[in-house]
Amino acid sequence: MFAPAFTSLAMKLPVKYTLKHVFTALFLAFSIGLFAEEHTEHSAAETHGHSEQKFDAGKMIMEHILDAHDWHLWGEHHSAVSIPLPVILYTDKGLDVFMSSAFHHGEATVIGKYSYRLKDNKIVVVNQTGETDEAASAKVLDFSITKNVAALFISIILLLTIFLPVAKRYKENANRAPSGIQSLLEPIILFIKDNVAIPNIGEKKYEKYMPFLLTVFFFILINNLMGLVPFFPGGANLTGNISVTFTLAAIVLIIVIVTSNKHYWQHILAMPGVPKPVLFILTPIEILGFIIRPFVLMMRLFANITAGHIVILSFISLIFIFGAMSAGAGYGISIFSMSLVVFMSLLELLVAFLQAYVFTLLSAIYFGSAIEEGHHEGEHH
Amino acid sequence: MALLTPSIGLIFWMLIGFGILFFLLSKFAWKPILTALKEREQSIDESLRQAEKARAEMSQLVAKNEELLNQAKEERNKILHDAREAAEKVKADIIDKANKEAEEKLRQALREIETQKKAAIVEVKNTVGLMALEIAEKVIRRELQGDNKQLEYVKNLAKEAELVA
Repeated sequence: MFAPAFTSLAMKLPVKYTLKHVFTALFLAFSIGLFAEEHTEHSAAETHGHSEQKFDAGKMIMEHILDAHDWHLWGEHHSAVSIPLPVILYTDKGLDVFMSSAFHHGEATVIGKYSYRLKDNKIVVVNQTGETDEAASAKVLDFSITKNVAALFISIILLLTIFLPVAKRYKENANRAPSGIQSLLEPIILFIKDNVAIPNIGEKKYEKYMPFLLTVFFFILINNLMGLVPFFPGGANLTGNISVTFTLAAIVLIIVIVTSNKHYWQHILAMPGVPKPVLFILTPIEILGFIIRPFVLMMRLFANITAGHIVILSFISLIFIFGAMSAGAGYGISIFSMSLVVFMSLLELLVAFLQAYVFTLLSAIYFGSAIEEGHHEGEHH
Repeated sequence: MALLTPSIGLIFWMLIGFGILFFLLSKFAWKPILTALKEREQSIDESLRQAEKARAEMSQLVAKNEELLNQAKEERNKILHDAREAAEKVKADIIDKANKEAEEKLRQALREIETQKKAAIVEVKNTVGLMALEIAEKVIRRELQGDNKQLEYVKNLAKEAELVA
């Protein structure tokens, strides 16, 4: 009964518009669904892990997702092989700098300005008896080159080595057809310019925002992709780290505040043409929206990437959980698990591009709204 | 929860790292790339416009050529027509002139004849007059000789005059 009506409706809509928007909406919805699903997966894996003495899936997954003071390569506990990273501690007594290998995988106490010990991958100050000194710990700020900071530097070097030679080629022959890696990157750059920046910010002012949009897109993309690589120099969950997404969202918010015009603030603080009593409700909502927008930017990227990692790690954990019961079950489940891991990895590959795109797109929309000029009547061109 | 706790160190390094990346890429990558892309876009635009212009010019030229050709054809036709007309006129003129000349000559001839005729008549008259005088002289002389003989003589004279005339 409804089918013909629906078809006629669908046919009336312009195809390009529908496809693009359905695509975006589908993935936004999908990614939220994915996140919810993964949380149940995660808790399931955790309960499994708790019942098992030797293998704690939850702990293993968390270790992989969270930041660390050394870059773990392989092995466990005493036989673990990892790349030591510099620890930089800023205390009220001065700087303390040493390599993370000094902790001997959390078994040794390092004596500097204070006595430091590694507990749950966090550096804390301990007293003579080996107990955590909370008051002293609060005075120590950890500026260490952690696994994520190292991954950040690697990604920056990688981005520079990719883009600087490409830029050089553009400088040398601007009017020639692109070649090599240039032809791979050019459509992406043009896509961000023509489909993200121009429609959302506007033909006149988009150029000012292009460097940031491009940097943020390629930064998120390369770190998403590197996060999917399971071995060094990949494997760090940088874009799935709340500090990183917080910083990115904060930069977006600062750009919005710096570039916004009077019109934007007028709309937030006192929407023109709205009766005063309504403003008492509307203004708090608008102010809330102003804060929620960057917050959502931060959470979306963090949740999506972390969730993807959790799912993949959960499937891998299944092998060890079943393997602990019996070797046969472990081998049996590994076929099932690995096919799911491969499937999820492919999906994550898509999500890596998609989340980079979504972050860039939403930033562009946000910038666009901040510089939008008032629509005065009779001013339509 | 550790997952949701931001760490000051990572935020610090992220700000520095992203800042440096943003600065370097903006200055040494995005600026030349975007400028080059814009330039290329403009040059393509310009080329297309020029091609369009050239095509318009070409078609204009073709139209002009056609017009010129048509004009030339028309002119040729006109020249041919004019020439034919002129020839016709010349021919008619010549014929006319010849006719007139012939007429003139004929008239002149006739006039001559008339003049000659008149002259001849005058001469005849003079001669006849003289003859008549001579006859009259002779008659008068004879009369002085005899009647019969005079008459006969006049007759003879008349005969003679007839012969002379």
